[in-house]
Amino acid sequence: MQLVKTLHPPKVKKISKPIDRGIRNIDSYTHLRGESIYVDDVNVREGTLNAVVFDSNCAHGKIKNIDYSKALDLAGVICILTAKDVPGENQIGGIFPDEPLFAEGEVHFWGQPIALIIAETKTIAKKARRLIVADYEELPVITTAKQAKDKGSFISAPRSFNLGDVDSTFAKCDYVFEGESFSNGQEHLYIETQGAYAEPLENGNIRIVSSTQGPTAVQKTTAQVLGLPMHKIEIDVTRLGGGFGGKEDQATPWAVMVALAAQHLNQSVKLILDRHDDLRMTGKRHPYESTYKIGLSKDLKILAYEVELLQNAGAAADLSPAIAERTLFHATNSYYVPNVKSTVYSCKTNLPPNTAFRGFGGPQGMFVIESAIAQAASELGVLPSAIQEANLLEENQEFSYGQVATKVEAKNSWMSAKEKFQLEQAREKINEFNSNSPVTKKGLAVMPITFGISFTNTQMNHARALVHIYQDGSIGISTAAVEMGQGVNTKLLQIAADIFSVNGRKVKIESTNTTRVANTSPSAASSTADLNGKALVMACENLLNRLKNIVVQEYKVDEKTVELKNEWVYVEGEKTEITWEQLIFKAMAQRVALTENAHYATPIIHFDKSKEKGHPFAYHVYGTAIVTATVDCLRGTYEFDSVKIVHDYGKSMNPGIDLGQVEGALIQGIGWMTLEEISYADNGRLLSNALSTYKVPDIYSVPKEVEVLPLETDGNDMAILKSKAVGEPPLMYGIGAYFAIQNAMKAFNPNYEMKFHAPMTPEKVLLGLYNR
Amino acid sequence: MIEFILNNKTIRTETKSGMTLLDFVRYQQRLTGTKIGCREGDCAACTALVGTLNSNGSIDYQSITSCISPLGNAQGKHIVTIEGVNLTNELNVAQEAMKRNYATQCGFCTPGFALSLTGFAFSEKEKNYDNVLAAISGNICRCTGYKSIERAAKEVAEQLSDIESDNKISWLVKNRFIPEYFLDIPHRLEKISHNVKNSRKPLLVVSGGTDLYVQRPESLIEEDVFLVASEQKFKGIHIKQNRCFIGANTTVTEFWNNLHIQKMFPKLDRHLTLVSSEPIRNMASFGGNLVNASPIGDMTIFFLALNSTVTLKKDNSKRQILLKDFYQGYKTYDLQEGEVLSEISFEVLLPDTSFNFEKVCKRTYLDIASVNTAISVELSNTGSIVSAHVAMGGVSPIPKYLQKTSEYLAGKSLDVLTIALAAEILQEEISPISDVRGTKEYKRLLARQLFMAHFTELFPNKFKLQDFLTHAAS
Repeated sequence: MQLVKTLHPPKVKKISKPIDRGIRNIDSYTHLRGESIYVDDVNVREGTLNAVVFDSNCAHGKIKNIDYSKALDLAGVICILTAKDVPGENQIGGIFPDEPLFAEGEVHFWGQPIALIIAETKTIAKKARRLIVADYEELPVITTAKQAKDKGSFISAPRSFNLGDVDSTFAKCDYVFEGESFSNGQEHLYIETQGAYAEPLENGNIRIVSSTQGPTAVQKTTAQVLGLPMHKIEIDVTRLGGGFGGKEDQATPWAVMVALAAQHLNQSVKLILDRHDDLRMTGKRHPYESTYKIGLSKDLKILAYEVELLQNAGAAADLSPAIAERTLFHATNSYYVPNVKSTVYSCKTNLPPNTAFRGFGGPQGMFVIESAIAQAASELGVLPSAIQEANLLEENQEFSYGQVATKVEAKNSWMSAKEKFQLEQAREKINEFNSNSPVTKKGLAVMPITFGISFTNTQMNHARALVHIYQDGSIGISTAAVEMGQGVNTKLLQIAADIFSVNGRKVKIESTNTTRVANTSPSAASSTADLNGKALVMACENLLNRLKNIVVQEYKVDEKTVELKNEWVYVEGEKTEITWEQLIFKAMAQRVALTENAHYATPIIHFDKSKEKGHPFAYHVYGTAIVTATVDCLRGTYEFDSVKIVHDYGKSMNPGIDLGQVEGALIQGIGWMTLEEISYADNGRLLSNALSTYKVPDIYSVPKEVEVLPLETDGNDMAILKSKAVGEPPLMYGIGAYFAIQNAMKAFNPNYEMKFHAPMTPEKVLLGLYNR
Repeated sequence: MIEFILNNKTIRTETKSGMTLLDFVRYQQRLTGTKIGCREGDCAACTALVGTLNSNGSIDYQSITSCISPLGNAQGKHIVTIEGVNLTNELNVAQEAMKRNYATQCGFCTPGFALSLTGFAFSEKEKNYDNVLAAISGNICRCTGYKSIERAAKEVAEQLSDIESDNKISWLVKNRFIPEYFLDIPHRLEKISHNVKNSRKPLLVVSGGTDLYVQRPESLIEEDVFLVASEQKFKGIHIKQNRCFIGANTTVTEFWNNLHIQKMFPKLDRHLTLVSSEPIRNMASFGGNLVNASPIGDMTIFFLALNSTVTLKKDNSKRQILLKDFYQGYKTYDLQEGEVLSEISFEVLLPDTSFNFEKVCKRTYLDIASVNTAISVELSNTGSIVSAHVAMGGVSPIPKYLQKTSEYLAGKSLDVLTIALAAEILQEEISPISDVRGTKEYKRLLARQLFMAHFTELFPNKFKLQDFLTHAAS
């Protein structure tokens, strides 16, 4: 390790244990009693019909003929809707108009919707589906990004982020390594499958209950397909049984379909996808095939990094261009690299359109640079962590996209993790274990993360909140935030209860509804609590000021001396006789408005796509994880001893909920990197098409120990109550799992050649262990 | 008519017996706390508890996945959904532990976990951490990463530590695990017949249904099916003249809980934990597993290595054949029209016979094997192999009894060379194909490794992995 110069370690800030305090998730009571309402649980109108989607069983082809006659003859079948029945545009593309609701003329992926069967019962609709005969003229099928690139099949033009000059720098580097990396897709596997329910109202209006992260996208697309103005479509979302990005864009088609059916039949219609249908018809995390070139100096500084990333976008754009963009934003992870050339190709293939998934392309980019570092370390005979540590981002350094990093916690979290979790001792212990254990081997990897918070599309960074204080003092809150398990409702309730200083029981978080809060951005990009929370703060503070003004008038005092504490008005620190309820009563009597609407738009951020430079993120989230794996080298199986994390929460406003986000994201990341394996046949048919063939982590496969220490920092004012966004960043700690396993394999098989081809399944482990 | 108690309500329904219990409770009874996640028993969002009245008037509760359980099997039982364990205006102890530990996020899997945890309270198992985890190990959560659920489960186990096992139900009522109406259930169940009124012309014979409902639910859900689970004559385990007889309706859980079996297989816990999950084991029957004829069926491989015999019954006649001769080709077997597999039997394992089961899949638990294998080896008092039976799944169109490998081992001395040569014969006997569970190259390598694993597991003082590898390399 003589190669590594000792860096001046920054002062380690004090770390406190996570406190098990703060309010519990407000939804847990009904969740635990089975009383929470999801789409399939809503009270439906009498006579509601059920729908099933008929989809393509050909990945690419011309539709020669489809015979619906037998299906239509089946008793109980009401009708079958196809592209011909669309009164508006047969178009659901979010970024580009390149995706029909129902395939017309050609099919572009296996599982592409062609028609909607509406029947009295779901069973009948499914029976009818089996009676439809489709005939295709098959066309060549592309399943990988590389094939697409070779054929020039792209979704959009490639994008490049550049900093410095890689070409001239590589020549000056002491070491240059090149390699390849692949990360596979990942199925969201929200336990609640996609679904929607639509009912016709008077005057051709339609109300849709949708399991969507993006109510406005559903509303806008429905209006477009049905040929109606947006105000005729109401979207209501109570909660989601998991989203993870899979319901950001891809909850839309099902909602549009039931709305179309409701419009067509003037009857309410429900469509809940069966798991197999959901797996087959919906897109997943994007697989990426990448090539990289990394140049280092003798003291292990990364001087230049060049990467070409091929994104497998599937058959339509969906959110792929935006996801590709975020891959570039995170291509250098937590490292400062002075010369960067990163290029991404969004490749069009014949898979279901791949879509948002927690991390939104960021994890894929990070896996590549971690691969490059692991390869460099392996060839130089140093620990990867020596390279990682030598290159951690520091204050005022520039990202390849022009943003200058401030309030950087990369090194702080790294050094904290190293010290608190006694990294060196842990390594020694592992070495000792390995030298005494011939069959079972352990491996360790360190994984730092840096993740930018904001929608990278600046114009999406806004939200609104609508607050009613009812005359009895109870409060109703509507925002654009969709609750999908991340606990945003609890956080919103905390904000309002805190500002008004009332008991949380006085506050109700309403469903997310486009008639109350319009033109919203989806609940995504980890920023839902930030954006909606900030809007809520504004609305509540405006109301509070109005209420305080009543007291000011009555007591003739300065507003600054008035405060509300535990549902009681205080003036100059003294409790008055006015309770919260009485204050509201006075407000009513004085005709003071008890409703407030506020709009928040993130300041400062901007990004110029023509230059690929700007300041796209409100702030970054940092952290470092140490992952330890044990490999059974007889059977090729593995387990994780521990994952120890120092995470930058800012000042967490709810440590219990935020810890849940870290743990949940971590396990999802580990799943992506290890056992979750999406598999398509060459003809484009999904092979991992059921829960029996697509395995997500179960309770036994998670690390035995997960310890998360909060990094104590000053927080960031751009975050809600200085409590940083937490939804996505911790997923990328999971990348460490790949390298921990690989390090253990190397301890068994010295001839093992590093490979960067995720997920690291037991198959790859065993073949690697015995590859001579 | 099917008659049973659903939570606190007596149900008498003319609904077809082949409908899933899940659809019945959700869509006919509007108990929407039971969720649909996969409809193949792989996520347990649809968990229900099934209470069965014993002859002594006590009641046993087990968790099942209602998505692959025929409604007809509810006959005479107490079916409990999440709504059935709710207390009035408060959470029960298990629910409260989950809330306290932030163990709910999106909430969709939550009722299943809460019910599995509550169900654990009824179990005979020791109330420790390992056992409480086992009780929820069939439940999949995509949000929490399980750590908060583990913390909740630990608290639940602790709060059950002083349960009075003689007086379980009233203890659980008193301690806020379950509502009061449970006290009266045994009495109410006594009045309901246990017997399923099977249709005269059954279209399909259904046992546990755990695979049938995954493979072809559409052929079952609108039908009255012939439910053999209620046929007591096909149930139970007994030993007679050094043979162990197992009724085809016996579930994996019943097999696991049997004292004879536990004695015979010292590592039974380890073996059977690898087989599906608790709710599935509570339903899945051996007969169903064997006639399903999956080339990768765990229990099939287990019994092949015991050189088991199956009994095939038709009306009043019956015949017996070796299990290894039962399978003919992919999913085909020697079962004549009208015949039912009624029983499986094998010779009781003697102290000088060792048994091992190995299984590797993508996910260690609740997954289908890439390769699974079992072996029984009888040693002479001089330590040589008297006889051996080796079976392997995932390497052939049928669950494979490795005839040549087994024959080769018989009479040989137990040493590295013997095993290395047997491993070569094994490679000639298997013919794995590449599929979603692995490439054929992987399966061949895995077959070798797991064959070695049998010997390092059974005779750890005699064999080390390195010895085999050194030999294989030379």
